[in-house]
Parts: sequence; C-alpha cells; structure tokens
Amino acid sequence: MSFAADTRVNLAHGMKFQWEPSQNSHVLLYPEGMVQLNDSASAILKYCDGRSVAEVLAALHEQFPDADLDGDVYAFLEDAHERGWIRTES
Amino acid sequence: MSEAGSGLNPDIGSRRGPLWFLAEVTYRCPLQCAYCSNPVDFANEKDELSTEEWIRVMREVRELGAVQLGFSGGEPLVRKDLEELVAEASRLGFYTNLITSGVGMDADRLARLKEAGLDHIQISFQAATASLSDDVAGRTQFEHKEAMAREIRRQGYPMVLNVVLHRRNLDQIDEILQMAADLEADYVELANTQYHGWAYVNRKALMPTMKQLTHAEEVANRWREKMAGKMRIYYIWSDYYEGKPKPCMNGWGTTFIGVNPDGRVMPCHGAAMLPGPPLPNVRERDLNWIWNESELFNRFRGLDWMQEPCRSCDKRFEDFGGCRCQAYLLTGDAAATDPTCHLSPLHQQVRDAVESAEEEPRVMVEQPLILRNAKNSKALREKFGSRPKVADAETME
Ligand code: SF4
Ligand code: SF4
Repeated sequence: MSFAADTRVNLAHGMKFQWEPSQNSHVLLYPEGMVQLNDSASAILKYCDGRSVAEVLAALHEQFPDADLDGDVYAFLEDAHERGWIRTES
Repeated sequence: MSEAGSGLNPDIGSRRGPLWFLAEVTYRCPLQCAYCSNPVDFANEKDELSTEEWIRVMREVRELGAVQLGFSGGEPLVRKDLEELVAEASRLGFYTNLITSGVGMDADRLARLKEAGLDHIQISFQAATASLSDDVAGRTQFEHKEAMAREIRRQGYPMVLNVVLHRRNLDQIDEILQMAADLEADYVELANTQYHGWAYVNRKALMPTMKQLTHAEEVANRWREKMAGKMRIYYIWSDYYEGKPKPCMNGWGTTFIGVNPDGRVMPCHGAAMLPGPPLPNVRERDLNWIWNESELFNRFRGLDWMQEPCRSCDKRFEDFGGCRCQAYLLTGDAAATDPTCHLSPLHQQVRDAVESAEEEPRVMVEQPLILRNAKNSKALREKFGSRPKVADAETME
C-alpha cells in the first residue's frame, strides 16, 4: 500500500483507540486483543478518523511545529496498514 | 463456552491488574457440546448474580485496569439483561466481546446489542454440517446459526468464527473453512480441543490421530494463502500433541480474571475444580482484594511455587510451567509440571493417550460422547464426585 496526500485514513473495522489511565498510555483494542501504543503512534492514530494524509500531517505540524515528521508518518501509516490497524479510502 | 484463544499478549513486568475479564454470566445453554470447558458439575450451580451485582463487578474489574470483556457462559443470550450489561460495560470503556453459539439469537436482539455498544461477536460452530453438529452438541439449529452469522455481518459487527476441532470434525476442515469464507468471517479460530472440563470426560472419543491434525493444518495453510487480506485464520494445536504446554493464562494472576455465574472468581477457566483455597466470591469481597490479596490468586503467581523440572528450566519464563488444572487433572498435584511437557516425569501418560488415539481404527463405531447437559452432569457427580476420570466416563451408559 502506498499512501498519497489525498488518501483518507481511518481506524480499521472493529478497532478502538483510547487512553488507558492504568497503563498510562493509549491503546488500540480489537476483538479479544490489545496493543499498547507509544507516544508517536498514538499522536498519529488520534487523527486517523477519515481525514486525508495531508490533513493528518497538517494537524501534526500544528501540534509539533518544530518537528520534521512527514517521512516518519508515511512509514508508520504503511506499517499500521500492514498490521491491519487502519483502512484507507481514496 | 469453548475457550477463546486470547490475542492479548502484553509484556509482563511488575505486578498490575488484569487485562482480560471473562464474565460467565450463566451456565444455562441450549447446546450440549461434548467438549465444553464448563465444570462437569455445573448443574449444581443455580444462584446467578443479578444485574446490579454484575454491574458492580464490571466496575470494579475495570478499575483494576481490565480492557477486554468477554460475555460468555453457558449461552450469554439466555440472560434477558444482556443488553443492559453490555451498555454498562461499554460505558465503562471495555472493549466488549460476545461469545455465543448463535442459538437463541435474532436480528432484533443483535440490533439492540449494537445499540448498547457491543463491539464484536465470536460465534461458535460445531461442524460444517447439521448432522455432525447435532451429534456433538445436541440440537444445534445449524441453519439458524448460519443465518445469524450472516446477520452479524450484515449489521456490521466484526466476526470471529470459532470451531473446536476433534476426531469427529477434523476431516471436515475444508468444508468448515469454505463455510467461514461464505459467511465472511473476519477471523477464523480453529482450536483443537483442550482436554479440560467435559472434553476430559470425553477424551477418548475426541482425540484425533496425528494424521488428521497435520492434514487439517495443511488445509488451513492453503486457505490462509487464498484468503490473505480478507480472513485471518488461526490454527491452534493441542498441547497433548505438541509435547509442550501452553503458557496458561499468560501466567496465573497476571492477565486473566473470570467470574462464574454465581460470583466465584477464577484466575483461570478450570480453577473451580482445584483442591485447596476456595474460589473467592464477589458477594463476600471486593475485586481489588480478590485480585491482589486472596490466597487463590497468589497461589501460583510468579515462579516460586514451582517444583523440578520447571524450577530450573529456562522455559519457565515463557510457559509458566503450563496449566495448573491440567497438572492436577493428570497428576493429582496442582503444582506439578504440566504433563503435556516432554520434560515432565509423567509425560508418558500423555504420550500413551496420543498413541492410543492412533491405534484405534477409524471405524464407524466410535466411542459414544457424553453430552454436556444437566442430566449427565448430575449422573457424573453422583457416580464419581465432581472430578470424574477418563476411565470412569467409559463406564457410563
Ligand atoms: S455447551 Fe457448547 S455452546 Fe454451550 S457453553 Fe458449552 S461449549 Fe458453549
Ligand atoms: S519443565 Fe516446566 S518450564 Fe520447562 S518446558 Fe516443561 S513445563 Fe515449561
């Protein structure tokens, strides 16, 4: 899967993204399973709600004005798609 | 309910709360699966927790940190208040799973559960045909179950289709996977029988040959390639045949907490039958005390309770010495090395069982199954107490 700026990204079917105080982290929940997310993964997944990749990047730039993150975001999205965490619409 | 292979795989570090909460809301069930993991003497348990009691329990378990909640049983749909329980679980922030046979389900109920916030449904099938299904589980209403699986997908639920595999249905594996593909399951869990509960009573009748198992795995692999990206297929071996034990519950008192219909709390599915400290009950203590302080939850926590050969084995951090209930069932000592491990001094017992499954010719006359129903539960209890042995079961007519 290669992502373009206008590819829309959303959590995959059946996935839930939430903050877990007892684990002090965001988690991704799916049927009978869970992954604990690190800070950068959760920062990106938070915006995977039907926006385009360009909009996700814009939101992240606003949140982290000094960071050069485009390459990392694309790499993460590909990985997340591979793992079945997100789905895409063109 | 058949045991769900949990995908939860957290790294265990310091002590913390559970992640996976199994609410066995009732032992009532319209089916009678001969491999059911419920206790053999379930028919003795009558006094189910009320709606309010379940709500309190869910809140307390959520406070301990659990994120996944499985509604199981028995058949959870039997409980009229299931929608109410799901709604509360969802409000509390649990990911909610319904583990059901689909019997007693209808489209309206599914829609109401969806509205209540139910996240996912695991539906179990017994076989790929109605007749075999009925042979191993009583009147299974096969066509209705298929219709319900379609309805589950139509209403947009993610669906896991679970089949417990054994001697009688392993050769249907191709048809089973075809059915799963037709029903558009997201995940298929092909779980070979674990010989606990009713499956232990029926062990002789259920144990397959090695050839059946490897053939089924090959077929599953073929389907996995064919369905890549559409349907995920898990094929789970039985520990008897692997010579290595399962990392039971990811370690006792680390990840899993189960509550029985009558409020008894379990660190693993089978703990009710272990001798020793009784199961703590939610009617007597709060869940925080039960998880952190009770004797039962601390009994096999960590590694200090182990005997040789586990005590000095490198694998102990990975498999935790295997299943405590199986150790008890097969050796009479709940702290022994699980005999499915090839290093157990009693491993030969398991080898013998596997070999005798091999020897018996595949003829039409098979060992009869003892179906999981109240009548058999009482009969087994009267004859043998609450822990019947395999040999005893053969003498039942
Ligand atoms: S009899 Fe079958 S459907 Fe009913 S609880 Fe047991 S395994 Fe589940
Ligand atoms: S001896 Fe114990 S720890 Fe070692 S592999 Fe066997 S069960 Fe696991």
